[in-house]
Amino acid sequence: MNITVTVNGQTYTRDIEPRLLLVHFLRDELDLTGTHWGCDTSNCGACVVWLDGVPVKSCTVLAVMAAGKEVRTVEGLERDGELDPVQRGFTECHGLQCGFCTPGMLMTSRWLLDHNPDPSEAEIREAVSGQICRCTGYENIVRSVRWAAEHSARDTEEVAR
Amino acid sequence: MQVPANFEYAKATTVEEALALLARHGDEARVVAGGHSLIPMMKLRLAQPEALIDINDVTELSHIRIDGGELCVGALVRHAELLDSAVVGEHFPILHDAERVIADPVVRNRGTVGGSLCQADPSEDLSAAFGALRASAVIRGPYGERTVPLREFHTGPYETVVEPGELLTELRIPIRPGGSSAYVKVERRVGDWPLAAAGAALRLAGGRIAEAGIGLTAVRAEHFVAAEAEEVLRGAVPSEEVFAEAGRVAARHCDPGSDQRGPADYKRHLAGELTTRALRRAYERCPT
Repeated sequence: MNITVTVNGQTYTRDIEPRLLLVHFLRDELDLTGTHWGCDTSNCGACVVWLDGVPVKSCTVLAVMAAGKEVRTVEGLERDGELDPVQRGFTECHGLQCGFCTPGMLMTSRWLLDHNPDPSEAEIREAVSGQICRCTGYENIVRSVRWAAEHSARDTEEVAR
Repeated sequence: MQVPANFEYAKATTVEEALALLARHGDEARVVAGGHSLIPMMKLRLAQPEALIDINDVTELSHIRIDGGELCVGALVRHAELLDSAVVGEHFPILHDAERVIADPVVRNRGTVGGSLCQADPSEDLSAAFGALRASAVIRGPYGERTVPLREFHTGPYETVVEPGELLTELRIPIRPGGSSAYVKVERRVGDWPLAAAGAALRLAGGRIAEAGIGLTAVRAEHFVAAEAEEVLRGAVPSEEVFAEAGRVAARHCDPGSDQRGPADYKRHLAGELTTRALRRAYERCPT
């Protein structure tokens, strides 16, 4: 069946089977391979994207369910060639080792900071508690999100100036 | 790579439309909303519905409101929305306690209240929480609407009174002054099923327990409640001793099995201890 989905502000129309999962639609149909396909059981969170502004595990969402809706993936974090503060935070604080969990971690972290600009360590850990880093690099992931929280405000001020 | 078998897909935007689609596609159609139980089962081919009726856009089922002295929760309310709702937390803190430990935050963004109840997993949390609260379920079908007490909603593991062609539309919980509630759970890690969990709802009047509800999950309690333990509490003066006795009775009347999460005797111990803790917390929250 034909579906039209807006991904990172761009509209795509594709003819797909209803059983196609959103993660595979993004990777295989749209070639947006930034979203990773991990456990396939909605446990690991590598595949987290935003669906109408809310983080979801895209291995457990049918692509047809995204028809007429807006999806945001890790490719949509960067704005005008500038990395998002969470991306810079993960770079500054070694928030990734192998990088497999990173796209999902970034999408959830961005959403957390949009709703809670100054989260505590416990709040960050709670927010990513459905996401698994097999390198076990959680300490640095938490530091990266804190870095982003501390630098987002200053960036906004700089832009304003 | 796990791929579901082929199916027909149809999207409903109203309850009427969903019921018409269910009627058209017959017994082999399934309703899907969050899909976090059904889609994994379809990937494993444990479920192979011929048609999926997507109700994610049936916005009339996304409400949380007070109506006629009852809290009404639409079947399409997401777990995260129930957790975020101030009116839910004010009247029924048990639901916030439970939602904090259901799955994980990202899954809670998608999974729905109605979906969890209809999936009827024997370790599901909301069945115990709504059971403790003596909620009722509103079910719509081709011949109209019926209301079923939640304590009669489940007919067995993964089975409910919702017939093919019907749709769970709403949960209703009576709001009564003078009480409070709580939920406690032991799980091995975030997102796992509980070893055991207990919910308690108390209403006090004249220094005594006027009404008590106890819900249990993952320990094969009949209808997810501990009716015998509720009898211990009714009319009693609230105390540590009576809460402990209710826990002992609850433990005696459930029937947990041993599995990879733990041995049966440990789960039975947990059922009792968690019942006592839930009662204690619910009592501490009661208005003085």
